[in-house]
Amino acid sequence: MSRSSFTLDGVVIEFDEGQTLIEAARAAHTYIPYLCAHPDFPAHGSCRVCTVVVNGRPMAACTTKASAGLVVESNTAALTADRRALVQMLFVEGNHFCPGCEKSGGCTLQTLGTDLGVTSAGFAHESPQRPVDASHPDLLLDFNRCILCELCVRASADVDHKHVFALSGRGLHKHLIVNAESGRLSDTGMSVDDVAARVCPVGVILKKRVGFSTPIGQRPHDVAPPRTQVEGQEEP
Amino acid sequence: MRTVSEVLDAHRRDPTRLVQVLRDVQAASGQWLPPRVLTHVANGLGLPRAHVEGVAGFYAFLHLKPVGRFRVLVSDNITDVFAGSHETLRALSQRLHVEPGHVRTDGAVSLDRTSCTGLCDQAPAILVNGRAIPRVVGERLGAVVACIEAGTPIERWPEALLHVDEGIRQRGPVLSSRLVPGAALRRALEQGHDGQTKTLEASRLRGRGGAGFPVVTKWETCRTAPGDSVIVCNADEGEPGTFKDRALLSCCADLVVEGMTIAAHFTRATAGFLYLRGEYQFLEAPLRTVLEQRRRAGLLGRGILGERGFDFDIDLHLGAGAYVCGEETALLESLEGKRGVPRHRPPFPVTHGYLGRPTIVNNVETYADVAVVFGEGVEAWSALGTSKSSGSKLLSVAGDVARPGVYEVPWGVTLREVLALAGAVDARAVQVSGPAGELVAPAEFERRLAFEDLACAGAIAVFGPQRDLLDVALNFARFFAHESCGFCTPCRVGTHVAARSLSKLHAGRGSGVEVAELETLTRLMRDTAHCGLGVMAPNAFRHWLHKFPDDVKRRLSASFSPAFDVEAALASSRTEGGAR
Repeated sequence: MSRSSFTLDGVVIEFDEGQTLIEAARAAHTYIPYLCAHPDFPAHGSCRVCTVVVNGRPMAACTTKASAGLVVESNTAALTADRRALVQMLFVEGNHFCPGCEKSGGCTLQTLGTDLGVTSAGFAHESPQRPVDASHPDLLLDFNRCILCELCVRASADVDHKHVFALSGRGLHKHLIVNAESGRLSDTGMSVDDVAARVCPVGVILKKRVGFSTPIGQRPHDVAPPRTQVEGQEEP
Repeated sequence: MRTVSEVLDAHRRDPTRLVQVLRDVQAASGQWLPPRVLTHVANGLGLPRAHVEGVAGFYAFLHLKPVGRFRVLVSDNITDVFAGSHETLRALSQRLHVEPGHVRTDGAVSLDRTSCTGLCDQAPAILVNGRAIPRVVGERLGAVVACIEAGTPIERWPEALLHVDEGIRQRGPVLSSRLVPGAALRRALEQGHDGQTKTLEASRLRGRGGAGFPVVTKWETCRTAPGDSVIVCNADEGEPGTFKDRALLSCCADLVVEGMTIAAHFTRATAGFLYLRGEYQFLEAPLRTVLEQRRRAGLLGRGILGERGFDFDIDLHLGAGAYVCGEETALLESLEGKRGVPRHRPPFPVTHGYLGRPTIVNNVETYADVAVVFGEGVEAWSALGTSKSSGSKLLSVAGDVARPGVYEVPWGVTLREVLALAGAVDARAVQVSGPAGELVAPAEFERRLAFEDLACAGAIAVFGPQRDLLDVALNFARFFAHESCGFCTPCRVGTHVAARSLSKLHAGRGSGVEVAELETLTRLMRDTAHCGLGVMAPNAFRHWLHKFPDDVKRRLSASFSPAFDVEAALASSRTEGGAR
């Protein structure tokens, strides 16, 4: 029996029952831009970068279940403009200085910005004051770069079973907190070996005493940016 | 005063009651939640400490920093502003010697603004330690200051200060109902399930919260979904300008509870919740009395009205200052003791609601309507209104009108008729259904209030010829920026960007660039926001942009000026350096 399918930008994508649009597209090696989604975790749906148009209606591809016959558009000028604006919003609400960031070349936000043609801030910079937390012997938290995707929250709770991270505040004051009365990472159960320590798509959670160790041209996204990770390497 | 442990025990150390626990712990531990208290709560409930701090940090009425022994919050709703709330804030600031946003050095009092308090017909209103105080001007303002300076506990303030008028101006079938408690329920029980379905179908009743979903469809879907059903009453009346549920819960709480009990019978639900917005704390005691009286009368509890197996009771939860909790899935999160972040839909609450159980969430007014439909007969009800909008609607009318208050009207009346009732002679615009609704221009005053024309959840804010509609748009935009839960990018950042653009226009420094930015945000938020709040937030300004183009033109500066203000950017370093 043949599998059910929908079309994505005119291409037929087969899917398994229960898959979301982004999961089905990924399985078919088709890239839909995303930030807060992660193949190892349930959908989050907060960044909205994966917004696609489903039968004429905008929906988040990470939270929308695939169903037979859907007509999905992703690679359109309007959606690219929306995604660019969303990425610009994420840039201006934090403090992102890519040239001096240890995560440069391995940062999903940076790579997506490049992909979408983000060449200016687009909106006024918020320039929030967010002190770093350097209390932990092995890890540094630089909250300036947080995009509130909650991947660390989810990894620490669901995989590490430690609940080191959570979010507090709301609106533009929403921010990452750690599980300690002192508010310091060193007073939590966080370990450098935790999954939560390596899941951050941007440069918030950093290993100490390592930085700028990979030459430009060989950094993770120089070699395999998210798009290539999904679509696969082109044959030489 | 209770200890933290006593509060935890009173809530059976149930982690789903976290928001209620934090409210009570805060009251017991000196009006704010110090770090060690959060640790105590987390340990007592078996929750991660960060989770508890995250929840506490979400709600405006839960404080993670010290506040005054008297916490004074001035309503920032636009009709309160036009009634003089800014002057009230200034006067309180001067006479109490405390800057807005700060705590006085002796710790006696803190002063700030808050979103609409639901006393728009008795503006300008304030909250003191959670208690609503209407009309804080003149002598009444002096009395507030005197009580605070004397250190009089709020419970012992003069009744005249604390009294909130019901504010009912016109009664229809709901507000004039003389049904005795239990009468409507008895008739519903006599009809049995099939009869109840027929009655609800014949009533054509649609939810009063705004979306207008047919009641019978929601209830039947809930009834047939697997699992134990839950009945929730959404009394988180947070849409600025709305106060009709306040009046309904004051005058006719029995009708509301009776409607919920009928819903419980229909779905065989045993558990019910009434989620009351924190601003209406003054209604908590009277509502608890009503619930207790009904338990004693056999109208709540086990074997209601002697029917074996008809067991149902209602738990009263208080909100803690979060507009977004009026969104039904955010409300459910809050009821479960979490941050009020709207859920992904589907699945919908009617099949997967409170703790994953099938859940009916209806508005206060919807439940009262149900009781009237069963109690007074469906014919009288469905004879009122229009073909698609049956029965009556409660309106909260405020602003530039001679007679602000609650009006019960049949669906289908024109906006002009409503304005005439309330004595609005020269309105230049009317905001229908609050900031998330629609700004209506005089050319549209013949539109009818009905689901098929001008749908209205309850708020009618009237603006006279002297009003600046950009004041209105900016106030609304700031409201959404303040109330965004912050979950999704477009709403978290977009509401803030919109408020800043409008603020620039307001200051006379805006140009076509800002207007274009607002248009872009309108589309972006509509298409990409996670929930209704983000989708509707641009309603704060988009109707003004489109319907009042001459207004907009007058506000534009001929040339572009940058958003970055070098003077403002340097201000903090100048202050720290001692220069002014």
